[in-house]
Amino acid sequence: MAEGARAVSLLQTTNLTKYFGETHAVDHVDFTVSEGEVLALIGSNGAGKTTLINLISGFIPVDSGSIVFQGADITRDSIHEKIGKGIARSFQLVNLFDQLSTLDNLALAIFSREGKTRKLFSLSDADRAVREEAVAVLQQFGLAAKAEMVAGGLSQGERKLLDVAVAYALKPKLLFLDEPTSGVSTREKAPIMDIITQVVRAGGITAVIVEHDMDVVFKYCPRIIAMHQGMILADGTPDEIRNNEQVTANLLGTQRHA
Amino acid sequence: MDTLLIHALNSLLYAAVLFLIAGGLSLIYGVMRIVNLAHGSLYAFGAFVAAWMVGRLVAGPTPTAVLYLVLAAGAVVAAGMGATLEPSLLRPIYKRPEEYQLLITFGLQLILEDLMRLIWGPYPLSVSALFEGMGSLNIGDSIYPTYNLAVIVVGGLAAAGLWAFIYRTQFGVVLRATSQNMRMAQAMGVNVNRVYIEAFTLGCFMAGLGGAIVVPQQGAVLGMGVDALILAFVVVVIGGLGSLEGALVGALMVGVVREFGITFFPEIELAVLYLMAAMVLLVRPNGLFGRA
Amino acid sequence: MSPVPGVTRRPSAAAVLIALVLVVLPWVVEPYQTVLLSYGLIFAIAALGFNLLLGYTGLLSFGHSAYFGAGAYAVAFTVKYLKVGSMELFLLAGILASALVAALFGLVCVRYTRIFFSILTLALSQVLWSLAFKFYWVTGGTDGLRVPTPTLLGVSIGAGQDKMVFLAHRYYYYVLVIFLAAVGVMWLIVHSPFGKALQAIRDNETRAEFVGVQVWHYRWVAFLISGAFTGMAGALWVPLNGLTTPDILHWSFSGEIVFFTVLGGFKTFAGPVVGAVIFNYLKTFAVGYTVYWQMFLGLVLVTLVLALPTGIMGMVARLAQKWRRAPAP
Repeated sequence: MAEGARAVSLLQTTNLTKYFGETHAVDHVDFTVSEGEVLALIGSNGAGKTTLINLISGFIPVDSGSIVFQGADITRDSIHEKIGKGIARSFQLVNLFDQLSTLDNLALAIFSREGKTRKLFSLSDADRAVREEAVAVLQQFGLAAKAEMVAGGLSQGERKLLDVAVAYALKPKLLFLDEPTSGVSTREKAPIMDIITQVVRAGGITAVIVEHDMDVVFKYCPRIIAMHQGMILADGTPDEIRNNEQVTANLLGTQRHA
Repeated sequence: MDTLLIHALNSLLYAAVLFLIAGGLSLIYGVMRIVNLAHGSLYAFGAFVAAWMVGRLVAGPTPTAVLYLVLAAGAVVAAGMGATLEPSLLRPIYKRPEEYQLLITFGLQLILEDLMRLIWGPYPLSVSALFEGMGSLNIGDSIYPTYNLAVIVVGGLAAAGLWAFIYRTQFGVVLRATSQNMRMAQAMGVNVNRVYIEAFTLGCFMAGLGGAIVVPQQGAVLGMGVDALILAFVVVVIGGLGSLEGALVGALMVGVVREFGITFFPEIELAVLYLMAAMVLLVRPNGLFGRA
Repeated sequence: MSPVPGVTRRPSAAAVLIALVLVVLPWVVEPYQTVLLSYGLIFAIAALGFNLLLGYTGLLSFGHSAYFGAGAYAVAFTVKYLKVGSMELFLLAGILASALVAALFGLVCVRYTRIFFSILTLALSQVLWSLAFKFYWVTGGTDGLRVPTPTLLGVSIGAGQDKMVFLAHRYYYYVLVIFLAAVGVMWLIVHSPFGKALQAIRDNETRAEFVGVQVWHYRWVAFLISGAFTGMAGALWVPLNGLTTPDILHWSFSGEIVFFTVLGGFKTFAGPVVGAVIFNYLKTFAVGYTVYWQMFLGLVLVTLVLALPTGIMGMVARLAQKWRRAPAP
């Protein structure tokens, strides 16, 4: 993990704001991510976490404020442009190509990254380079055995992993993971997070993980940002967060660990 | 100056009938998210039933005033058909992807078109006696059929009545709630199945009424349903699918453009209408009053 | 991989057998049957084009008659205004005209999905129909435009030769070759990375966007290819029919294209082809059997939607799976 003095700022939002009617879904958020960091974004439902990701990834337009990525302003960039610059995301409610095979789901991300989706007159199965890379990624995520299975037929845990894998296959510089273990049984959460953090660290990818499960958060993320009602409440190490009164009051219940 | 007034009246006449058809289509879509490709055929069915019933009675002792009311039989029959078709043909496909409703209603359209041919034969039916029976009015130097004015009045009454029904009655509240959020309405105890039948029946009633009131003016002709459907589509594209205000405004716009189109550039009148629709879409992708 | 699991990439034994049958057919049956099948193969090419949008991109077009008709009228205009009679030029004209119309209509339509998309495609094709109808001094109106037998690869029908024999032999083989080529090209397209991108758009528009596939652009290209295939079918159709009328641009023909694709099964590659050929026989039978053939077809469609939504090929695939699972005797 990059240390304070040498940290290279990868993403910086300034005064980022989004209104839905009267509600400040994201309220003047200043948020910085340094290269190589793996940080968690926590907060109760409606705190603005997913909206923040939607703004940064280009899914919804920004009302005011700015987003700077690798020194360039990307506030008004389209989804396509942001992906081209290296920002990818996974989804809280799994978004996969259900009628395509697991392998094809992943291969598509690679084809797209390589600009090969324009090819009309060559067989996708014939592209060995893409196929091999796709299989390799599936292996990293423990999904290689299900390569030929239609994505709609995978278990929930496998679908969550595939959702992340597809985003990862874009070889992004910054990866947003929106609740990668939600909807999965408690038993499966740790193995899934193990795989994800392993892959992310091995690839040197900067990752922002939205999570509700505090055990997962405290275990895997050296930096935690807590949001509440559209604003950032606290930003620090797991210990700092655990001892932060506002955070414990609003998010963690009043239990405090001595 | 008179001709301008005549043109305006013709536009309103056209708009009145179009509003009934397109309004019915939009109402059904607004509540049930269903587009019925056979909607035009119900309009045609209303016309044929109305023409046939009046035709049977016109030589007899029934007073002419009553015959005008008999026209409404067309609307009633169309409504009855709607009430039968919704539970039998449409309900099975609600759970399926949207495209299936287009397929099944397309099949229905084919069936209904030939059903009309089977029942009434390939020749048009007319009840011009009812059209001429109202005489005409002097408008400046020109004369204008009184019947047309009656149609405009009926159209206006229908729009007002519908508005009152939807915004001032209990049923209207239920209808609007279901159209905005079916699951929520269901959770609050609304019998969605019944609302669907009722909305569909009402939409079909409107289409049938459109056919019934137009029949003295232009008769009942095979193929009128398809023509009407295409125009109804222009109206809902312009006005927004699911919006009654949109159907009204769209019908007025189409009425005006068509009237002037027929007068000045008859060959490309339909193309002009669609050009107008395309321009509306450029500015308002969901139509003037439509929602995303 | 094709949408139907278990279908291999190499031509199956069944496909080879069918191809063989198609090749020897004119020598075995009477000319009428061959000509009838030619119509079927032509509609199959149109269906292949149509299903690129429906089965593979998830867009139900109710206005494909516009491209078929554009192809047909392009041929008729080539004869009328350019005084040309070469089938190859006919095909070129047909493909160009239909691609142009598809490019234009596509610009409007691909911003929309589902019902609104379908309504727009229907409406636009009706505009074209009304133009063909109204501009009768150009299009011949309801009388239509006649098209004489063209030269095939420069070779004309020959003086005194029977037109029916020409259609049942030389023209049939011409159509057959193009049909097989069309099948091959479309098969390649749907199995290419582009084809996969289309399927991704069909399955999940949002995710496709987030994987870097610009949804509108890809839909538009699919629209273009789809229109061109259907237009090529239209161009092949006119010399066979001898005549083109505005009916071919009417919404009801669009509905037929939808019908036969759904009949065969739009979730498979072969479905539309099978459906087109079978529908052609079905309609010919129905028209000969009753005046109310529309009602007959309507009943078939309604039954299809209610009882057999995956169409004939869907049913075949299900039966094939059952047969494979059954224990060996």
